[in-house]
Amino acid sequence: MTEKDPNLLLQHAPLLQQGMTTPQAMRDVLYALLPVTLAAVWFFGLGAILVLLASIAGAALTEWTFASQEKGGESLLDGTALLTGLLLGLTLPPGLPLWMAFLGGAVSIGLGKVIWGGLGHNLFNPALVGRAFLLATFPIAMTTWAPLTGADGFFTVQPSNLALPFMQSGTDAVTSATPLGLMKFEQQSTPLVNLIIGNTAGSLGETSGLLLIAGGIYLWMRRDLDWRIPVSILITVMIFSAILDMVDSTRFPDPLFSVFSGGMLLGSIYMATDPVTSPITPKGAWIFGVGVGLLVVLIRAFGGLPEGMMYSILLMNAATPLIDRYTQPRVFGRGKALT
Amino acid sequence: MRLRTFSHGVHPAEAKITSDAKIRRFPFANELTVLLSQHIGRPAKAIVFKGQEVVRGERIAEADGRMSIPLFAPATGVVSEVGETINADGVMTPSITIKPFPASEQIVHHKKALDVDKLTPDELVSAIQNIGMVGLGGAAFTAHVKFSPPKDKTIETFIVNGCECEPYLTADHRVMLEHPEDVISGIKIILKITGADRAIIATESNKQDAADLLAEAAKDDERISVEVLKTKYPQGAEKLLTRALLGKDVPSGGLPADIGVVVSNVTTVAEIGALLPMGCGIIERVITISGQGVSKPGNFRVPIGTPLEFVLEKAGLNDQARQVIFGGPMMGKSVSYLGTPITEGVTSIVVLSESELAAGTGKIHACIQCAECVSSCPIHLNPSKLGRLARKSRFDEMVEEYNLFDCFECGSCSYVCPSHIPLVQMFRIAKKVVRSKASG
Repeated sequence: MTEKDPNLLLQHAPLLQQGMTTPQAMRDVLYALLPVTLAAVWFFGLGAILVLLASIAGAALTEWTFASQEKGGESLLDGTALLTGLLLGLTLPPGLPLWMAFLGGAVSIGLGKVIWGGLGHNLFNPALVGRAFLLATFPIAMTTWAPLTGADGFFTVQPSNLALPFMQSGTDAVTSATPLGLMKFEQQSTPLVNLIIGNTAGSLGETSGLLLIAGGIYLWMRRDLDWRIPVSILITVMIFSAILDMVDSTRFPDPLFSVFSGGMLLGSIYMATDPVTSPITPKGAWIFGVGVGLLVVLIRAFGGLPEGMMYSILLMNAATPLIDRYTQPRVFGRGKALT
Repeated sequence: MRLRTFSHGVHPAEAKITSDAKIRRFPFANELTVLLSQHIGRPAKAIVFKGQEVVRGERIAEADGRMSIPLFAPATGVVSEVGETINADGVMTPSITIKPFPASEQIVHHKKALDVDKLTPDELVSAIQNIGMVGLGGAAFTAHVKFSPPKDKTIETFIVNGCECEPYLTADHRVMLEHPEDVISGIKIILKITGADRAIIATESNKQDAADLLAEAAKDDERISVEVLKTKYPQGAEKLLTRALLGKDVPSGGLPADIGVVVSNVTTVAEIGALLPMGCGIIERVITISGQGVSKPGNFRVPIGTPLEFVLEKAGLNDQARQVIFGGPMMGKSVSYLGTPITEGVTSIVVLSESELAAGTGKIHACIQCAECVSSCPIHLNPSKLGRLARKSRFDEMVEEYNLFDCFECGSCSYVCPSHIPLVQMFRIAKKVVRSKASG
């Protein structure tokens, strides 16, 4: 307009924005999982790092392959593939052959996310899609638990980790049973303190209740996490398992054992809360959490496998669009919400 | 004590840097351009011709029917043009341009003073129309129409809106601090018109000083009370304000009058209180000029018709300026043409710098359904779902199943979205498309 005309923009209001960004939220989850990841290495040795890296590599490579076809290949940079890979890795047994972990990461991103249309469009939690694939395809490897190595065995790499693709791994590997396995098949409980600290057999990232909860509190403080979901899952599990425990305390574990064993905390704090695959409405979040809680106790108590967290979350993921549709909040000034 | 408010909403940095700046008079520009369409409703009709000399406060355009208002000369001078000017939306609109006489003392030409106490409610309504009053809170809805709701509606409560919830804005705050007696006399006039039994002056907790002052000024009239609400955006939206104060929802698609309430911006009330008894038309208004893009921010009484360019020059527009807004940064209007004149509806001019300005500069990411928008929407819509539907142009579904037209475009959803999705911006387009389809 005039020679003094400054370099003005013409945007539509609102022109202010709060500070949080989606990639930052993803990074927050990675930070929250850092202590758990370090604990996995501490408990299971160097092999743990290799399994996690293989799973992350599978996820990132798949993301990159497809992302590079978009403009700029930016979707790799938002951190979601890294997070999916890490989450999958944390659900895997320490002795899993690396090639399986890599394949699982690839399936997580490929079948769990990319074919749905990318981030934000998938119905199921990608990491759990990858895990379900691995459990269906390699049931033995996925339920073979390497024992704890402890501080002395830091450089331990399980022989089975290095198995070549589609070859039998050594059958003489030393194995151990998870607390849930002991409970289910031998009605043998594990001391709660071990479950809280995490020095038990199990998947890489699921053993330390304390660190999982600490990370969850961090995420809650950063507003990255819908607290209703873990809270409703855990309360439901406690109530439901307390009832079963009263019925038959030798066969069914007590509520605290239920909460701190297996993938309960990892699943309810970090996977059920995946915003993409959980309900968007507060009421929906409660329904979702109660659903997961009921299903997991049912599967653990009456199913063939000792653990049921993964299937519970995947089943409730499938119900999420329906839950969202029927829990739309009541709109201001309207008698009732439209369905 | 827990302050009353509505549910949801957001709390952007208040940035009210001018709240201590006293209202000062703004100088006259070389040319003042009065748009004939200052308001929502029919444009006024010019009654002056080019070359005619006018006195400050003299009527230069008359109302075209009930949904219109008359306009007044903002300065003593000569009409240099009766033509067209670009308004803030970038559209050519009819206007009258006046060149003030530099030597004039600019004394306001008064009509006959009114004895407000002797007028009937209907006469008061016409008197408000005759001074050209519009809603000065930004909407510029003709004030006399607002204060005379349909006869079948009984008005019980008159709410004076002094929330000023937009960041940066302090004009209402200063008016409450500097002219509490005008606010009270304006309230008395409107109570008489509407027949309401009580008036509530509502403000936010960041303006406690104004609340105390008004409570003191209103202590002789027990119909008038002062309420301090939580500082939260968009507390000043009339439906949410009504909800916070009375706990009642205005029905969807309805007006506050449907539940016996009339809401008016506090500066409008103060100007009515000041101008009506004098029989004086509105020729200037209080505007906040703020943001890091101006070196001399403050609150000013600016003549209607002052070119924006002139205002910015006097306010010290600097190199950091990146965006000029009429109104606040949450719901205001980006101005496309700096030659556009100030109208009665301009509450403020906010000039944002690069560092203050965040929207649109961040990359847009996919919606991850984080639900931040759902828990910020004061109307309890589902902006995430609406956004997905908008991207697929499924506008009818947005209207029928997800209540698009209940959205009043406060922008809270876009403000909170961590993926920087321009939600409310898409909703505005969707509404336009649906409206234009409906009108064929």
